[in-house]
Amino acid sequence: MSDAGATTAESSKGEITPRPKETIRRLVQGDLASLRVVIGLALIWAIFQFENDRFLSAQNLTNLMLQITATGLISIGVVYVLLLGEIDLSVGAVSGLAAAVMAVLNVKHGWSPYLAIAAAVAVGMAIGVLQGSLFSRFVVPSFVVTLAGLLAWQGALLQVLGSTGSINLTDPVITGLANTFYSETVGWVFATIVVGLYGAVLFLGHRRRVAAGLDSENLAALGLRFGLVAVVTIVATAVLNSDRGVPLAVMILLAFVVGMEYVVKRTGFGRHVFAVGGNAEAARRAGIPVNRIRVAVFGISGTMAAIGGILAASRLLAVNQNSGGNELLLLAIAGPVIAGTSLFGGRGSVWTALLGALVIGSISNGMDLLALSSAVKFMVTGGVLLLAVIVDAVARQQRQGLGRV
Amino acid sequence: MSDGAPLLELDGVSKRFGPVQALDRVDFAVHAGEVIGLVGDNGAGKSTLVKTIAGIHAADAGKIRFDGEEVSIAKPQDATALGIATVYQDLALCDNLDVVANLFLGREEVSPGPGTISRQLDESRMEHQTGELLSNLAVTIPSLRSEVGTLSGGQRQQVAVARSLLGEPKVVLLDEPTAALGVAQTAQVLNLIKRLRERELGVVVISHNLVDVFEVADRIVVLRLGRAAGEFAADATTEEHVVSAITGVGSDGAKEKDEGTKS
Repeated sequence: MSDAGATTAESSKGEITPRPKETIRRLVQGDLASLRVVIGLALIWAIFQFENDRFLSAQNLTNLMLQITATGLISIGVVYVLLLGEIDLSVGAVSGLAAAVMAVLNVKHGWSPYLAIAAAVAVGMAIGVLQGSLFSRFVVPSFVVTLAGLLAWQGALLQVLGSTGSINLTDPVITGLANTFYSETVGWVFATIVVGLYGAVLFLGHRRRVAAGLDSENLAALGLRFGLVAVVTIVATAVLNSDRGVPLAVMILLAFVVGMEYVVKRTGFGRHVFAVGGNAEAARRAGIPVNRIRVAVFGISGTMAAIGGILAASRLLAVNQNSGGNELLLLAIAGPVIAGTSLFGGRGSVWTALLGALVIGSISNGMDLLALSSAVKFMVTGGVLLLAVIVDAVARQQRQGLGRV
Repeated sequence: MSDGAPLLELDGVSKRFGPVQALDRVDFAVHAGEVIGLVGDNGAGKSTLVKTIAGIHAADAGKIRFDGEEVSIAKPQDATALGIATVYQDLALCDNLDVVANLFLGREEVSPGPGTISRQLDESRMEHQTGELLSNLAVTIPSLRSEVGTLSGGQRQQVAVARSLLGEPKVVLLDEPTAALGVAQTAQVLNLIKRLRERELGVVVISHNLVDVFEVADRIVVLRLGRAAGEFAADATTEEHVVSAITGVGSDGAKEKDEGTKS
C-alpha cells in the first residue's frame, strides 16, 4: 500500500518534468510540420528563380496566385473531407458541372449573373449533401460514392452543355471575379485591415487567457507570429501592387481560407469534425450527431468545389467539356496532403489548402517557364505527392509509437 | 459504510439473450461514498449488468431504484439523466484532440452569439474548468493541451474518468479501469477511484484483478453464470473466499460470508 503510494508520487513527479520535451514534440508535429512545407516552398522558388529569373517577377507571382485560386478554393472543401478521414473524388466534376450550370443559365437563359452564380453554388451544395447522405445512410465507402459521382457529374456536365460543347462567358460580373485588380491604395487599405485584425485577434486572445488565469504563450512568441504575418502581408501586397494590383480572386481565396479555418478550429461544429475524424465511435457516444456532421462536411466540399469551378470558368472566360477535368481533382486533393493535412483523418488545417496549392502551383508554373513537357510535369508532381504521403504515414506511425505505452 | 438507503438498487434484475440467461434475478446496491468491486469469471454477466445499468440493454425483468424511487432505464440517455456515468474499457477518447477538447467533447462551452457556425468555442473557460477538475482529482498530466494520444494508459484512463465527472453524476461505473496498466499507473487510477469515493459518489468497478479490487473496494460482489454468487465486505474476507465464489468451488465459505455481511 505504502509502496504503491510512493510509486505514484515518484511517477507523477516524473511526468510533470517532460514539459519542454512536450513543447518540442508539438513543434515537430504541429508548427514545424507547416514550417517544413514553407521551407520546401522556398527551396522550390529558389531553384526556379536560379533556372529562370522571371520566376520571382511580380508579373509571374501574380499569375501564380491567379493560377492557384480555383484549386485552392476546391482544396478547402477537400480539407474538411480529409479531416473526417474520408475522400471526395467528385470535386473536379462538381466544379465543372457547377460552372456549366452558371454559364448555361447566364448565357443561354439570360439569368442575372448573381442568380446564375447562386444557382451554381446551390447545385454544388446539393450534390455534396446528396453524396454525404448516401455515404452515411448506406455506409458505402465515401471513395465509392464519390467515384460514382465523378462519372455521373461528368455526364451531367456534357448534358448541361448540350451540343455546343463550349460556352463563352461575357458577363462582366462573372468574368470580373478572376480578372479584377484593385488600385494600389485599395490594396494597401486591405493589407492594413488584415494586419490590424490579426493583431487584434492575437491581443484579445492573449488578454482572455490572462483574465482566465491561464498560462499564455509569451509575448515574444506572439510578437513573432504577428511580425511574420505582417511582413508576409506587406511583401505580398507590394509585389502584387507592382504588377497589376491585388486581384479580387486572391482576396476571395484568402477570405474563404480564413473563414473556413475559423469554423474548423474555433467553433463547436469544427471541433466535432475533428472528433468524428479522430474517433467516430467516441464522438457518437459523446452525443455528437456523427451523420449530420458527415452530411454537412460533404455539403461544404460540394459548395467549395462549385465556387472553385466558378472562379476557374471566370479565369478561362469559358466553360467547356474539359472544365473540372484533367488533373484538377488530383491536384486539389494532393495540395492539402502535401502541406500536412493527414489522409487518415483528424489532423490538418485549412491553411494547407492554400500552402499546398502554392507548392503545386509553383512547381507547375516553374516548369512551364522552363518549357518542360507535360510528361515531366506530371511525373514531378506525382513524386512530390508520394513524398508527402510517405511523410504523413511516417509521422502517424511515430505518433502511434509515442502514445499508449 | 452501507448505512442509509442505497443510491442505486437493482432488485431481481434478469436479462436474456436468446437461449442465454445473462443475468438471473440479480440483486445489487450501491451507496453514496461506496466503492463496489464487481468480479466474476468471463461470461459471468459483469458487463451485461453494467450495460443494463447504463441503459445499453434494457432489463427483461426486475426493478431498478435510484435514490429510492423506481425508475426505468431503457436507453443510455435515461441513465445519464439520472446521474449514472459509465467509463467503458475502450475509453472512447479522441486521440487527435487535446485533454480539454476530450473532456468537453459533445458539450463544448461556446461564447454567446447568433448561429451555431459563428459561435466561438470558449477555450479559456474550458481550459480553466479542466485545470480545476484535474487538480481537484490530483490527476497529473504534462499539459492540458497535450493530445490524448500521446498520454500514457494511466493518464488516458484518468482523463476518461474525469470526463465522466463533468456531468455531475452520482454513480460512476468503471469497466476494467486497470486492465493493461503498469504498476505505477494502476496505483494512480486506484487513487483516483478513492477520490471519487471521497466525493460521495457511488462507484462500481468491474475488474479481473482481485488485488486491485481489494485495494479500493468496500464491498465485493461476485457474479457467476449470471447469478449473484456472493457479497463480501472487503476488509472481512480473503482472496480465497472470493476466488471460490467466482469459480464455484468450495463455495460454502462464501455463502457463510455472504450471510454475514447481509445481516
